[in-house]
Amino acid sequence: MATGTEPHQNSGGVRARTRAAISAPHLRTDRWWLAPAVTAAGLFAFVVYSTWRAFSNAHYYSAPYVSPFYSPCLAENCKAMPSGPNADLFGSWWAISPAIIILIFPLGFRLTCYYYRKAYYRSFWASPPACAVAEPHAKYTGETRFPLILQNVHRYFFYFALLVAGVLTYDTVLSFRDTHENWGHMGLGTLVFLVNIVLIWAYTLSCHSCRHIVGGKLKHFSKHPVRYKAWQFVGRLNARHMQLAWASLVSVALADFYVYLLASGVFDDPRFF
Amino acid sequence: MSGYTAHFRVWRGDAEGGGLEDFKVEVNEGEVVLDIIHRIQATQASDLAVRWNCKAGKCGSCSAEINGRPRLMCMTRMSVFEQDETITVTPLRAFPVVRDLVTDVGFNYQKAREVPAFVPPADLGPGEYRMFQEDVDRSQEFRKCIECFLCQDTCHVVRDHEENKTAFAGPRFLMRVAELDMHPLDAAETSGLDRKRTAQDEHGLGYCNITKCCTEVCPEGIHITDNALIPLKERAVDRKYDPLVWLGSKIRRRPAGG
Repeated sequence: MATGTEPHQNSGGVRARTRAAISAPHLRTDRWWLAPAVTAAGLFAFVVYSTWRAFSNAHYYSAPYVSPFYSPCLAENCKAMPSGPNADLFGSWWAISPAIIILIFPLGFRLTCYYYRKAYYRSFWASPPACAVAEPHAKYTGETRFPLILQNVHRYFFYFALLVAGVLTYDTVLSFRDTHENWGHMGLGTLVFLVNIVLIWAYTLSCHSCRHIVGGKLKHFSKHPVRYKAWQFVGRLNARHMQLAWASLVSVALADFYVYLLASGVFDDPRFF
Repeated sequence: MSGYTAHFRVWRGDAEGGGLEDFKVEVNEGEVVLDIIHRIQATQASDLAVRWNCKAGKCGSCSAEINGRPRLMCMTRMSVFEQDETITVTPLRAFPVVRDLVTDVGFNYQKAREVPAFVPPADLGPGEYRMFQEDVDRSQEFRKCIECFLCQDTCHVVRDHEENKTAFAGPRFLMRVAELDMHPLDAAETSGLDRKRTAQDEHGLGYCNITKCCTEVCPEGIHITDNALIPLKERAVDRKYDPLVWLGSKIRRRPAGG
């Protein structure tokens, strides 16, 4: 027998009575806390920024650019945007920022996303904080009960995310106009919007639910060669789902911030032609 | 790299208690942690209990936790550590300890028995099975599993919550359910066994919160979360939580198995 550590008493998890008597919650010596800390900081920064922008209800349009946070704009109190993504579905009774109406959908898509679930379960809820690091919770029921059982609606948010990505694509096309609505022009903002929409589509299509819908649900790929190809394509994107999740999160915030800078008069959009 | 002396701390004890014991031990170029454990056993602690077999990363016997991370001792090179680093080796902390580095992994065999086996197609005899490679690719990835149970050990659902062991099969056996559900010739559905539904109802798929530790520790590099658990969750959604899929299944007849 080695040192005289007694078996654990009346405790659970790695300190359960039958397990090796080690009192430390983990024995990791690497910087396991770094990834969840950076993730928490990044997500927190985005939440703070997007909350400020979504509720500010100002500086979201500078012809020909409309902030992705306010597109489509579905209330009467939206700014006039010539040929822009306006549709007065909510009328005049909607008094607060119109961004709130539409942001529910990308927010829901990302909240229920399989990558973001991992990210916030680890970094905010410490469930677990890192692999083989004991979590602080006495009970755990995972996604078996309300509210987390609602994560299963992810595919419906995916369908809405497709629509939103379609509208943002339309906004990117509109960005090839100048401030007088003439076509065939391009500015630095057009480039920002182009990068953003490519990343938004890549992230949306790399979704695990998308992978399932296009072909993953099949038992025999050999009977569905086109869907098999589509599944392989989505699978290649899906392998980079985490990177695309972060890249598109940053790009959508940058696109919004760019419009904010233009609309608030900080500088003028450099025009290429 | 010439030889040097390393500082090891190895957990020794049994279900009655135990602790970390210090060893100064010789390390030579090209060695792995299991070599060092064997040297300790040969020179300093002849009664040190350790389970091992192939020393080639294929039998899955020498699972342990090295500096707190679930790993195979035979696949962990000493060259990944600094020479002055203290290396701590403990048994798997999700399972009952038997003695020293040996744990009772019977939980996994119990869970394995709970997964209904492959259901042979009624119209095919032995030797008549024909499959397209693209149809079996997915299942074959999961067949690489060497049953080391590192994924089971690291999964916080059972590691941190002993009480969940009854309801939750763990990533290794949910992957087994996925393997069978994706198998082109598995006839479970025609025999009345709905693996998509039982994954959730009987094997505890809902407990998984897809934090990917199983994938991180898999020595075979199987994408357990992305290729098995999440696709299985999506299949369970088809059965239990998606009204459109349910409606579609009522309206039009779909050939069995797709």
